[in-house]
Amino acid sequence: MLRGIDLACVRGERPLFRGVDLAVDAGEWLHVRGANGAGKTSLLRLLAGLSVPAAGEVRWNGEPIAAAGAAYRRDMLFLGHQGALKDELSALENIELAGALDGAPPAPADVIAALRRFGLQGREDLPVRVLSAGQKRRVLLARLLTRKAKLWVLDEPFNALDAKAVDMLSALIAGHVGEGGMAVVTSHQAVPVAGGKAVDL
Amino acid sequence: MLAVVHRDLLLAIRRKTEVLTALLFFIIVASLFPLGIGPEPALLRKIAPGVLWVAALLATMLGLQRMFAADHADGTLEQMLLSPTPLALLVAGKNLAHWLVCGLPLVLLAPLLGLQFDLDAQALGVLTLGLLLGTPVLSLIGSIGAALTLGVRGGGVLLSLLVLPLYIPTLIFGAGAVQAHAAGQGAGGHLSLLGALLVLSVFFSPFATTAALRIALE
Repeated sequence: MLRGIDLACVRGERPLFRGVDLAVDAGEWLHVRGANGAGKTSLLRLLAGLSVPAAGEVRWNGEPIAAAGAAYRRDMLFLGHQGALKDELSALENIELAGALDGAPPAPADVIAALRRFGLQGREDLPVRVLSAGQKRRVLLARLLTRKAKLWVLDEPFNALDAKAVDMLSALIAGHVGEGGMAVVTSHQAVPVAGGKAVDL
Repeated sequence: MLAVVHRDLLLAIRRKTEVLTALLFFIIVASLFPLGIGPEPALLRKIAPGVLWVAALLATMLGLQRMFAADHADGTLEQMLLSPTPLALLVAGKNLAHWLVCGLPLVLLAPLLGLQFDLDAQALGVLTLGLLLGTPVLSLIGSIGAALTLGVRGGGVLLSLLVLPLYIPTLIFGAGAVQAHAAGQGAGGHLSLLGALLVLSVFFSPFATTAALRIALE
């Protein structure tokens, strides 16, 4: 389970937030809410271990994430604003290589199935450059399916998605949480998934 | 680590221009000297090692900034940091890919370009061997500089100021090997020192680069 204890974040001279406590257990998900610039992305980067909190501690299964190291990084999938998609590579290659980078290359058949599920059939082999913004986000959602992680840390995953894709992503999160997974999601809109907690910044 | 090498090579094939620019730069710079100086074989033989090595240094510099910049811009670097694989290994993979794309072609072309300077077969062999040992050092040291200047505006110039002085030992021993061979002293000593530089940088550079990347991504 994921615990954030008395987290504080300082950007430059400016304190963004302090005293944030959060807990996500198996089968739960956390909705991080706040105005623009409130520090939602900064909080997610703290949780992912990309930056170090000014005060407080993030724990995974009772262990500080720095100590949990590779075990935590294997269990966690972080999707930020930038999707780490390479324009020159196809959707298929992008997901395969991202998986290989994580040390667990997915089977091509699984990747193609995941891409089709998100309405990208026939576009698996096109360079990502020619896809629209929403289609690029869909490629990232396919990555959620192929990478087996217990904890999803998603920064504004609903951006640029159409109504149908929003429903698909909500169903995906619900399914993941239903199977005992965990998710931390920032979003300005309501997320229709049961079992959610919320933290306001 | 091999996944990173595979990925970077695939990207290099898709964006051929970047690779070819550095290579053509090397060829042109190395060819301008014989054209400018004129047909004086003795003088050309004398300046050949220095000119070819300096051209190789500058050609390597051209591609350095891009080693991490694109991955930084699209978030791949964050994903690498979050990968269960140790970052130092992934960085070593990127360095290897950079050398295969930017360094190895220089090594293979050097004997051909050396002909323009009237170098004999043995001198060409020493030059190529020196470049084979030296160009990975250039990639490895350059990667520290590329990581340190990541996200800095005008980082390209800063990178040259930072990295070129660190290239001096490699330049001295690399060019020195050919000169020592020409003077009949044997190139073994210089080549051994180049080898030592290579071992040192293979061992330490990925850690230094990793530390610099962590600072840049904080």
